[in-house]
Amino acid sequence: MRARTSPRVGPLAARLGDCPELDVDALLDDRKTQVIVCTGSGGVGKTTTSAALALRAAERGRKVVVLTIDPARRLAQSMGIEKLDNVPRPVPGIDADAGGSLDAMMLDMKRTFDEVVESQASPEKAASILNNPFYVTLSSSFAGTQEYMAMEKLGQLRQDAGRTGRWDLIVVDTPPARSALDFLDAPERLSGFLDGRFIRLLLAPAKGPAKLMTTGVGMVTNTMAKVVGAQVLKDLQMFVAAFDTLFGGFRNRAQQTFQLLQTKETAFLVVAAPEADALREAAYFVERLDSEEMPLAGLVVNRATPALEGLSAEQAIAGAERLESAGGDAATTAGLLRLHADRIKRVNRENKMRERFQAAHPHVPTAVVPALSTDVHDLEGLRRVGELLAG
Amino acid sequence: MTEDRTPTSAPDWARVQLHIVSGKGGTGKTTVAAALALALASKGKHVLLCEVEGRQGIAQLFDVPPLPYEERRIAKGPDGGGDVYALAIDAESAMVEYLALYYRLGNRTSRALDRFGVIDFATTIAPGLRDVLLTGKLYEAVERNVRNKGARVYDAVVLDAPPTGRIAQFLNVNGEFGDLARVGTVRGQTERVMGLLKSRRTAVHLVTVLEDMPVQETIDGIADLTSHGMRVGGVVVNLTRPKSLGDEAREAALSGELPRDAIESDLQKIGVDVTPGLLDGLVEEARGHAERRQLEDEQRGRIDELGVPTYELQRLPDGVDLGGLYELAAELREQGMA
Repeated sequence: MRARTSPRVGPLAARLGDCPELDVDALLDDRKTQVIVCTGSGGVGKTTTSAALALRAAERGRKVVVLTIDPARRLAQSMGIEKLDNVPRPVPGIDADAGGSLDAMMLDMKRTFDEVVESQASPEKAASILNNPFYVTLSSSFAGTQEYMAMEKLGQLRQDAGRTGRWDLIVVDTPPARSALDFLDAPERLSGFLDGRFIRLLLAPAKGPAKLMTTGVGMVTNTMAKVVGAQVLKDLQMFVAAFDTLFGGFRNRAQQTFQLLQTKETAFLVVAAPEADALREAAYFVERLDSEEMPLAGLVVNRATPALEGLSAEQAIAGAERLESAGGDAATTAGLLRLHADRIKRVNRENKMRERFQAAHPHVPTAVVPALSTDVHDLEGLRRVGELLAG
Repeated sequence: MTEDRTPTSAPDWARVQLHIVSGKGGTGKTTVAAALALALASKGKHVLLCEVEGRQGIAQLFDVPPLPYEERRIAKGPDGGGDVYALAIDAESAMVEYLALYYRLGNRTSRALDRFGVIDFATTIAPGLRDVLLTGKLYEAVERNVRNKGARVYDAVVLDAPPTGRIAQFLNVNGEFGDLARVGTVRGQTERVMGLLKSRRTAVHLVTVLEDMPVQETIDGIADLTSHGMRVGGVVVNLTRPKSLGDEAREAALSGELPRDAIESDLQKIGVDVTPGLLDGLVEEARGHAERRQLEDEQRGRIDELGVPTYELQRLPDGVDLGGLYELAAELREQGMA
């Protein structure tokens, strides 16, 4: 739970109840839907959901490209994108009878960053940036770069789509963050850094108004030099000076992509598992989209426990106990009953959590996808998930 | 919960002072870290449980208000036995504290640093510095010395660490930041921290569930940690499915050969009104369960091949609440992790 920075948004008073169903096929078939962004906290099946939606849309006639972030190896293989080359490739084996197509790619964050630098700066300048140790860290491991680059790549795909007409739907998976909000916050954080006061301060001696050189500044730079060493400050100054002229371009692009996300062409799907943490993150995200006026299409609850109705957990446990105490060879039946009781308990808990989410957010259309008993690692599996998503 | 798996070699964790618990997102590493802290405390130890990602996961688990940058007692054993204190480490506070401890910088300087965005810069952006600060605070907690007057001394520190994908990088503070900071006091500090992290007093435990991706990440994580000279402790297999069906029944469920007639008569014997739908449903549940268990067994095999001490925690049907947490702690203790 991160500290809330904004008030809760919700009906303030509501009863537990039903929510509208998410009509996935209507969303996919609507030609006005041009970008679908799947968000959610880590480990809820975002990548599989993105891939399944993309496949279903393609087989219903859309020309789709799906941008995945970190797919499971076998899933990537089945989509023909196990090579990380930052270029969309056609997915083999899809049913193109409806006139659709499916391309897929896996995000290479460092390469995307390098390409932007190369496209924006002169070759010499680009080289000096690419070799700076601060750039190397920023582009490969700064928390937030992945989100920023996912946005950048989305912007690029969108431009390509507009120019070539190769795609009419872009499905985006978002990086595995601890919080779904990171996808929206990280680009701003990166911009904030490159625009920040400290950076200005580092640039100041080179550019100057002398009045900035107060005792405070001296103290700050001296302290930093003592703590991290003067060479670090020098490297940093070089990096910042080289990057400074470039950054306007970066910022504009991020801004444009952010605006694209606010248009009706975009649909956000918040993906969650029926667990407290995941649904709490989902709630934060739903509220955030609301306050940013970003278009929320609905909530996907993955991995719901499927269970048989008509036999309660208590009945099943009591039955199992009686069979066990009676002896004989009823072990299998007792095992089945215990298994069933375990499931029903989980189903009840999941339902309770979903109902709470719905009470606070009654207008969020929801699709519940039952957990599969096997892993999804081929197109057939994705098709199955797509069918379950569509209800 | 019964568990017939005992670790093949019982490693001596008693000398470990710093337990670092990592795992792929969604595998329950916060739960396992908390259970491990409780397990250690149940043996009379004074334990500090830390988190570093600002999630307040510990506060949620223990159902207490959000933790500040201050050690708070969250659990205490009976009869003056062990206890668990918790601390949410954030880089900003750690930096201010570090400057105060090592440079005797007072509030005025801290404010100046803050005003120029240095603290913000240093803790969010400066490559690796954030991790240096976080691990530096951990180091301080393990190696309590005279600088931090009146501070509590712990027998063990347990960290709810960043996820597997980032753990080697997080711990290898010397590498990334050390390369940048060739001199300066931080350099000396990172070397001392690395000394602790690579010693026998530190163990990195990885939490996984029995699915392809998390297991793969565990395997990669172990390789990564080992290549950085860090010691892998145990693998905690979390959220395993109940084992209420025997091997024969599982096989029968998979091949569709469960004895439907016998099941029906068993159910009738105990007064269950058996409809064809009910019977089909139970058999179908058994098939799904058996399929999952089969996948679990495959993944368990991959973990066994790693030759690392393994502990297993079954999924609690009612989810993890405080009571469940104590149960998991008992389980870890019985399996010899604490």
